[in-house]
Amino acid sequence: MTARSEIRFVLNDRDVSLDRVGAADTLLDFLRIERRLTGTKEGCAEGDCGACTVLVGRLQDGTLRYEPVNACIRLLASLDGCHVVSIEYLSGPDGKLHPVQQAMVDHHGSQCGFCTPGFVMSLYALWMENPDPTEIQIETAIQGNLCRCTGYQPIVKAARAATTLGSPVDDALTRERAAMTKRLHALHDGARVEVSKGNSRCILPASVDDLAQVLLEVPDATMVAGATDVGLWVTKFLRDISPVVFLGQLDGLRKIEVTDDAIRIGAGASYTDSRAALVADHPHLGPFWDRIAGWQIRSMGTIGGNIANGSPIGDTPPVLIALGATITLRKGDARRTLPIESFFIDYGKQDLDQGEFLEGITVPRPIAGARHAAYKISKRRDEDISSVCAAFNVLVENSTITAARIAFGGMAATPKRAANVEEALVGADWSEAALMHAATRLADDFSPLSDWRASSEYRLQVSKNLFRRFWLEQQGGSAPVRLSA
Amino acid sequence: MNIEKPVESPIETDKRKDPPVAQNLTRADQDRDVIKGGVSKDLRHDSAIKHVTGRAEYCDDIPEPVGTLHAYLGLSTRAHATLRDIDLDAVRAAPGVIGVLCAADIPGVNDVSPTGRDDEPIFATDKVEFWGQPMFAVIAETRDAARRAAQLARVGYDDLPPVLDVQAAQDAGSAYVTPPLTLRRGDAPRAMEKATHRIKGKLTVGGQDHLYLEGQIAFAIPGEDDDVVVHSSTQHPSEAQHMVAHALGVPSNAVTINVRRMGGGFGGKETQMNLFCAVAAVAAKKWNRPVKIRPDRDDDMSATGKRHDFVIDYEVGFDDDGVIQAVTGEFAARCGFSSDLSGPVTDRALFHADNAYYYPDVLLNSHPLKTNTVSNTAFRGFGGPQGVIAAERIIEEIAYHRGLDSLTVRKRNFYGDDGRDLTPYHQTVEDNIAPRIVQQLEEDADYQARRQAVLDWNAKGGTIRKGIALTPVKFGISFTATWYNQAGALLHIYSDGSIHLNHGGTEMGQGLNTKIAQVVADALQVDFDRIKITKTTTEKVPNTSATAASSGSDLNGMAALDAARQLRERLTAFAAEHWQTDVVNVRFIANAVQVGDETIPFADFIRAAYMARVHLSAAGFYKTPKIHWNRDTGKGRPFYYYAYGAACSEVSVDTLTGEYRVDRADILHDVGRSLNPVIDRGQIEGAFIQGMGWLTTEELWWDKQGQLRTHAPSTYKIPLASDRPRIFNVELATWSENREHTIKRSKAVGEPPFMLGISVFEALSHAVASVADYRICPRLDAPATPERVLMAIERLRG
Repeated sequence: MTARSEIRFVLNDRDVSLDRVGAADTLLDFLRIERRLTGTKEGCAEGDCGACTVLVGRLQDGTLRYEPVNACIRLLASLDGCHVVSIEYLSGPDGKLHPVQQAMVDHHGSQCGFCTPGFVMSLYALWMENPDPTEIQIETAIQGNLCRCTGYQPIVKAARAATTLGSPVDDALTRERAAMTKRLHALHDGARVEVSKGNSRCILPASVDDLAQVLLEVPDATMVAGATDVGLWVTKFLRDISPVVFLGQLDGLRKIEVTDDAIRIGAGASYTDSRAALVADHPHLGPFWDRIAGWQIRSMGTIGGNIANGSPIGDTPPVLIALGATITLRKGDARRTLPIESFFIDYGKQDLDQGEFLEGITVPRPIAGARHAAYKISKRRDEDISSVCAAFNVLVENSTITAARIAFGGMAATPKRAANVEEALVGADWSEAALMHAATRLADDFSPLSDWRASSEYRLQVSKNLFRRFWLEQQGGSAPVRLSA
Repeated sequence: MNIEKPVESPIETDKRKDPPVAQNLTRADQDRDVIKGGVSKDLRHDSAIKHVTGRAEYCDDIPEPVGTLHAYLGLSTRAHATLRDIDLDAVRAAPGVIGVLCAADIPGVNDVSPTGRDDEPIFATDKVEFWGQPMFAVIAETRDAARRAAQLARVGYDDLPPVLDVQAAQDAGSAYVTPPLTLRRGDAPRAMEKATHRIKGKLTVGGQDHLYLEGQIAFAIPGEDDDVVVHSSTQHPSEAQHMVAHALGVPSNAVTINVRRMGGGFGGKETQMNLFCAVAAVAAKKWNRPVKIRPDRDDDMSATGKRHDFVIDYEVGFDDDGVIQAVTGEFAARCGFSSDLSGPVTDRALFHADNAYYYPDVLLNSHPLKTNTVSNTAFRGFGGPQGVIAAERIIEEIAYHRGLDSLTVRKRNFYGDDGRDLTPYHQTVEDNIAPRIVQQLEEDADYQARRQAVLDWNAKGGTIRKGIALTPVKFGISFTATWYNQAGALLHIYSDGSIHLNHGGTEMGQGLNTKIAQVVADALQVDFDRIKITKTTTEKVPNTSATAASSGSDLNGMAALDAARQLRERLTAFAAEHWQTDVVNVRFIANAVQVGDETIPFADFIRAAYMARVHLSAAGFYKTPKIHWNRDTGKGRPFYYYAYGAACSEVSVDTLTGEYRVDRADILHDVGRSLNPVIDRGQIEGAFIQGMGWLTTEELWWDKQGQLRTHAPSTYKIPLASDRPRIFNVELATWSENREHTIKRSKAVGEPPFMLGISVFEALSHAVASVADYRICPRLDAPATPERVLMAIERLRG
């Protein structure tokens, strides 16, 4: 099949077909500049303020799913086959406000109004998924939305009240779901897509096998899954990322399979996609997962990307290292599997060949006697990058520690195991003294940096203290040892 | 929504008119005898529906005429250097570039110093004095092209040693950017020597970025002759007008500045927009094409000023009961490379260094220090918060020293009657309601029982510790630049009875337009929705002051009321003559005018007035009475009145990590007789959260080279929904009314509640102190990030 040379998607109720799309073109600029849909705002151009929030509906295994995304870093070409819903689509042509909009008006949820369309879209996504949310669920849904005026109280009130003003059953996206699903299916022709603008090239492989082929053909391509990192290369550093190979459309790369031995997560699965399977095995990851970025980023960003870009401050690598995960890399038809920790060689340097890509992550199922924890320490509780991320996996048999995998983020140039600490732990009694003694070896494992997120001293101190938290938590006493959500 | 009928065009939907604002009111308001949406009503923001539908038009949403160009600034990448040469050849040659602007291209004066000190070039010439200083602008066909081209400049720097913070400036003996201020009453050094107890301390208080969601932006459209119209998002259209005229070398009458609304301001668009307006206007005139300039967020945060950070050295003398005998304070501020508003900001820090407390002998000095950082500027509170937090730290020091509840110490030091009512600037506090506010909040928030519960909880010695604090605020209202306390309004009644309202204030989300329309609705006894609120423009009301210092509704409300009164008087005289009766028989009733026994609907009445050739337009004016200030002597009455409030915050702190949560906050705040209670509550809640952010997670961090590294929301963390108090009770002091003749006896609300956030800081300090059994006042600097909290705990643990 020959490659298709246009990007096709549905914008609100209109079919869009674009044959000139550059690798760096963003959805936000397309909406605001080309289509003059100015209700969607640019606040930060880096996916942190949420003023540009729109919904993107996509077919996953044939089912239409809508998710909030940051239009500012959503690359236009990646929307092939999707339904983009902007604020202009929310209230009907008769002028009647959507229940979420009406609730925001009733509860005085806007002051300057600039963040408001973004909030409305996030709350809309929440209302569709969970029309009667708790306060915590509301807070989690709007982690990716900043408001500088209201202090959020009226917005949270509005989110609670929206349910009394209307039901998602009557919502246009619900009523039009079957028709839209059909419409999107019609766009999915199974072809590779190649579009360009000037010298800037975008390639959307048709399948995972096709991806392997494309990367052999274009080994220097920039791979883009959720664009939550690469998006900033474009909007902040003005880097030329062409040619780009997009991964987000590959259903085959998003699969999550649970077997008796392991959970296998496709590298293209988003944080949101992978939450359920991981948390089912490891309930301690639930609250941790909900503190990775905000909802928009969790919808876009992938675990594969979090690993592949090799950042020392990604939240999932320390957790996956502690869980003993392995990763599968593929080049052409050749695959190799390695422990995730050995993928990270040095800052900005990963064990990845030209033309090779990360295909999947394999996480072993839990074993009896293993004690787990995952901690994220950041300046702000939500939607912040970790100062320190710590993951514990300690196997206790007959009151003795027989194995330990302790991994940290934010403490070195890569996500890294605390080898000296682990050495001190293995064979020791399962006791607070043994844990705190092992924690003194942190300084042998890590010489963290001082930067705007935290000082070296704090990073070491808090890492050490987290061993005490781990112990206290494992004791399961009645006194709280950490703050509740 | 439906598939067949396209609705994506905002042009189509824009035709739709918003439903009335003054709907869904209380039963009393549905009464035909009462207008809809008068003063003191809970009216929603007049743009609320436009906000939630995305139809509210911000500067960047204005349709661009064909031929519009885009400007982008080239910023320095040194904090302090001599400019050897700037090679812009590659910039000029880049795709889409029309040209560049440097200092030499500015036809007028290369300066945007708002106070006329001539110390703030639009474009650096021979040297750069902070990282991120504009050196040139690129003008191109698209913003993207301009931005990319700006990166191609080759700049030769000869590095000079940078002075980056207050400590370095003090060590280096840096110059002041503006003359310092001294406030003195009595003989503080002598009183200190005689004091029963003395404590010396130092507090470092960080700055704050405004993080308005809509960044800086200006859009200039050239006209004939010297004329230029600039659409912008500025809090100070008149100043922008004067600055553009100054830069173009044309009279002010050639320049029009328009502001429909801002996506947040908070002080960050008081002076900071001037440069953007000037660049857009100069480029628009040079190329005779519309020019828009909008920096990326990172450049916005790097190149524009913030709240001043301070290092405050204080000493307090006090007796056994914790009653203050003397206070001295040295308030050193990082002002950045130029004066901007640092003079009045640092002055206001001193004006509020007493907060609500009487200092018998007092000596306060400001030190507005020059540094090689961006020039700091106005931010909600305008130096006041830095003064207030010093006062509250002093109270805490005394409380720990004496083993007293800090609330007890606060109460013992409140301003009082004769002999305890004079401020350090010799203004008598005549309206002191701080004791009553605090008393009521203490009861409403159940402070005593909850404090005991906190102490009991902490006594168990667990990992999670709690803290509680109740802090007051007293905030002086008026611009300390006395001449700024004036305002104008323009009111037209068209012959169909519709009303067009304009005033000098700007709308940045605070609901100013709503409040002022309420005032006019009340004065003319017409429904709110009869009044059209229009953009602020220098064409309609000249010589306006910044919408700042919480003054918006005080000043502009009175000016609008003056205009409405003039119209009422004219219309009353007309009615008396037309219907041959005495003026006392003419009454404005709801949406009608009653003349004797006859009731004439408002529109009919206006039509009759028009036919009788009554002038249906009025310009209103207001200037604040009573105020005066002599900076040289440090004496006067800079403030017309004070606004008060108090907050009680309770927090939980994880003593292993320094993480914390605000479990509960109770606020009682004084807005006098509120013009619009629901809007005022919104201001109070928002200000509290913003104040809390200033003192908790919002940390500005410069590297050793002087580059700000927290220059976007990814690195600079303002509060999120999940940071707000778990329980949040906000009440207005409904019994309060302004003893001065302000607009409907209301009080200003923008800034005062910002300082209620200090209660969170002191509650954190309380929780920290628990690890050493409250024997020591924790050394906790602001912002109290989890790191600072943990390190304070570790220090106390030893």
